Amino acid sequence: MERAIILAASAIGAGIAMIAGLGPGIGQGFAAGKACEAVGRQPEASSDITRTMLFGCAVAESTGIYSLVVALILLFVNPLVNML
Amino acid sequence: MEGPKIIFEIPIFGGIPVTETIVNSWIVIVFIAFLCKFLTWKMQKVPKGKQVLAEKLVLMINGLVEQTMGKDKMRFAPYIGALFVYSATCSLSSLVGLRPPTADLNTTLGWALVTFAMVQYNSIRSHGILGYLKGFLSPTPVMLPMNIVSEAVNPISMSFRHFGNIAAGTVITSLLYGALAAASTVILGWIPNTFISTIPILQLGLPALLSIYFDLFSSCLQAFIFCMLTMVFVANAID
Repeated sequence: MERAIILAASAIGAGIAMIAGLGPGIGQGFAAGKACEAVGRQPEASSDITRTMLFGCAVAESTGIYSLVVALILLFVNPLVNML
Repeated sequence: MEGPKIIFEIPIFGGIPVTETIVNSWIVIVFIAFLCKFLTWKMQKVPKGKQVLAEKLVLMINGLVEQTMGKDKMRFAPYIGALFVYSATCSLSSLVGLRPPTADLNTTLGWALVTFAMVQYNSIRSHGILGYLKGFLSPTPVMLPMNIVSEAVNPISMSFRHFGNIAAGTVITSLLYGALAAASTVILGWIPNTFISTIPILQLGLPALLSIYFDLFSSCLQAFIFCMLTMVFVANAID
């Protein structure tokens, strides 16, 4: 019974952890929008702009990736079950 | 979704497990070694055929390093090139059905620790040991704990980023395969023949669209990001 409760709570916790995906989504959207504006203004610099945007997006992604790692650990490793 | 399987154990020091990750990494290493040998076989003064491809790759890496780190740090270009090719090939190995070695935190953490060591070594070499220690006290000595944490968290964030992207691709692809198998049993379930009704017909073709993003685009992008971060950190440590 305790085990079942902990497994259910882990699954719910993993779902809640992934709410953190909101932040990177909004942030990367802003970055992509600004990059589009920049390409519209200066089409000849598009390769530089694209590279900078991808780099910035990947760095902004870290918080989302942290939440993903937390969710994966909760789902597949189940560290809380061993604490019974 | 499960972790890398243990293929065999080396019977010393109480058994060292050799996982799928290590075996696949060696497959990738052997593949890259043969590829290098093949691309540079019988080189000519005027390049043609496969030699053009090899020269294009080297020029691309050299240009990237020169643009990001500056002309005086071209000695890092071979390491960056090796890292890029190895990382991209490791992630792309999922295209031929291998479990990508980069979907294991150990692989990416190893690379990130190499970067961390390079940053510290180059920082001490160019500023001296006193200048290096003084860097932790800037702008004010109150910031000492913050500086130490921000330095120590770099390898963790770098390795988690690469691992997370590739592992998320594996998880989502396996979830999609499961969902498509369930959906095809619903569609074909009315056929009385058990062989025909269990054919996962929806798995044909549809996952390939997802694979374009997760396998092709994400692999190359993550290899590029990892090399880019390594270059930026090392160049910052030297300047």
